[in-house]
Amino acid sequence: MTREGSEGRGLTRGKRIAAHCALISLSVVFLTPLVWLVTSSLKTDKQIFKFPPEWIPSPLTFQNYPAGLTFIPFWRYLLNTSIICVLSVLGTVLSCSLVAYGLARIRWRGRNALFYILLSTMMLPFQVTMVPLFVVFAKLGWVDTFLPLVVPRFFGSAFYIFLMRQFFLTIPHDLSEAARIDGCSEWDIYWRIVLPLSKPVLAAVGLFAFMAAWNDYIGPLIYLTDQRNYTLALGLASFSSQYGSYPGMLMAVTTVMTLPIIVLFFFAQRTFIQGITLTGIKG
Amino acid sequence: MQREDRRDFWFFLSPWIVGFTFFGAGPILAAVFLSFTDYSIFTRPHWVGLANYRELLFQDPLVPKALFNTLFYTVFAVPLGTFFSLMVALLLNQKVKGLPVWRTLYYLPTVVSGVAMGVLWRWIFNPEVGLLNTALRPLLQAFGLSDPKWLLDPHLAKPAYVLMSLWGIGGGMIIFLAGLQSIPKQLYEAAEIDGAGRFSQFRHVTLPLLSPVVFFSLTMGFIGSFQIFTQAYVMTGRGVDNSTLFYVLYLFDQAFRYFRMGYSSALAWVLFAIVLVITLVQFRLARRWVYYEGAAS
Repeated sequence: MTREGSEGRGLTRGKRIAAHCALISLSVVFLTPLVWLVTSSLKTDKQIFKFPPEWIPSPLTFQNYPAGLTFIPFWRYLLNTSIICVLSVLGTVLSCSLVAYGLARIRWRGRNALFYILLSTMMLPFQVTMVPLFVVFAKLGWVDTFLPLVVPRFFGSAFYIFLMRQFFLTIPHDLSEAARIDGCSEWDIYWRIVLPLSKPVLAAVGLFAFMAAWNDYIGPLIYLTDQRNYTLALGLASFSSQYGSYPGMLMAVTTVMTLPIIVLFFFAQRTFIQGITLTGIKG
Repeated sequence: MQREDRRDFWFFLSPWIVGFTFFGAGPILAAVFLSFTDYSIFTRPHWVGLANYRELLFQDPLVPKALFNTLFYTVFAVPLGTFFSLMVALLLNQKVKGLPVWRTLYYLPTVVSGVAMGVLWRWIFNPEVGLLNTALRPLLQAFGLSDPKWLLDPHLAKPAYVLMSLWGIGGGMIIFLAGLQSIPKQLYEAAEIDGAGRFSQFRHVTLPLLSPVVFFSLTMGFIGSFQIFTQAYVMTGRGVDNSTLFYVLYLFDQAFRYFRMGYSSALAWVLFAIVLVITLVQFRLARRWVYYEGAAS
């Protein structure tokens, strides 16, 4: 497939071959760590420590997977992570789209001031509020529950609100007007007109929220102490620090934790790319 | 015409208003207060005035150490990351075959989580059996050099982190690629008619039009890498001789290992001040080199 690029007209054949060669060798460098991760997970620990290394393990060993996944309560971690992820995505998409709708489509005094406050909160590193929030959640007895990781997601997050607002601004106002004449309430317009037209940005924000929840480490590290409540990220990290001498199992568990995200990425590539482009260009 | 309605407006904004009050403004005020106290969460906060700030600015030798480590990492990781992601984007913009495949390959590492990345790269940097030394060994032996210890060597630990960060240039690359593709073709045609060679086209068309994206990438990259935590916590902790004691790592330790909530709040405000100052400086410098279309230059 060739693509209409803005540059690259009149490239000579030689230069194009050179570009391809550069891309191929660079991508080998980029992919090797991931390939190495998977091949290491298919070796016995003895094979891992062999030099020169076996790039294709022989014999292939699959025992690291069942061993690793039972050595830690993997399914428990997966369930915990999934619960947190689903609730986070739901909360983020719902609350951010509501707020963004208000900021983009309803005019009211103080709207701009609120928007600037919202923007300025993006500047604040989360470490500033980390300690007071921990104190509050501790006093509420929420430590060692999922609540501190999930409840805040239902109250909007500045960056995603900003992204959605920018998108909502581009939807023609005539549509809302026509709906109003037909007797639609503001909620109807939001739910039945604006949201269905905003699928790309909703998908992008949902995807980012999912990734953030799946990959989050510092949140679970602060709030979850009982091993039964661990997420995959937390479980993997503690496994790594305690049982680093079982590299085969460690690589197997790391592979299993990474695989769902990679599969998700392959299926949702366009949404990913769109989302990143959206954040980069409009930011 | 947009609708004006007070009730609707506040209804739609209510999630954020509540969130901002309880998870934003409230904790911010509390963090200001706590930074002037000695507080271990188990006892009542004890007012100490400026003692926390005095300690971190003048007495605590680990604060300058952590700042130096973090700045070292940032100063190398961000410009190098921006440079390489721009280079890959330029390569991909050369009408290459199979663009979506390439884009996927280069973006793939960025979806790997911080923890998984930390676990994986700790093994990559393993001096005996790690991927890096395995690959470098023939070269090193040719020059009669011994195996570098990477994370275990105080001089090489931070460069190792920089190297690892370059694995994640895919995000920046996609943003640059989108920026490159949005440059109107006519500009290049016009430049060509004026006799501009390829380098001159790059210098006078591509770079100026891409400069806002470069600026965005540098600014966001700086803010992000100044807060490096997860990989460091997983890979090395403080490292040999505190060589990988990064600022947020130190802040986290103060809060959740030593339960010095007041001191860590003060550390957090200093972090905020540093990020703010450097971002403002970047914006100020940007006037000299960032080109905004439509702005009277």
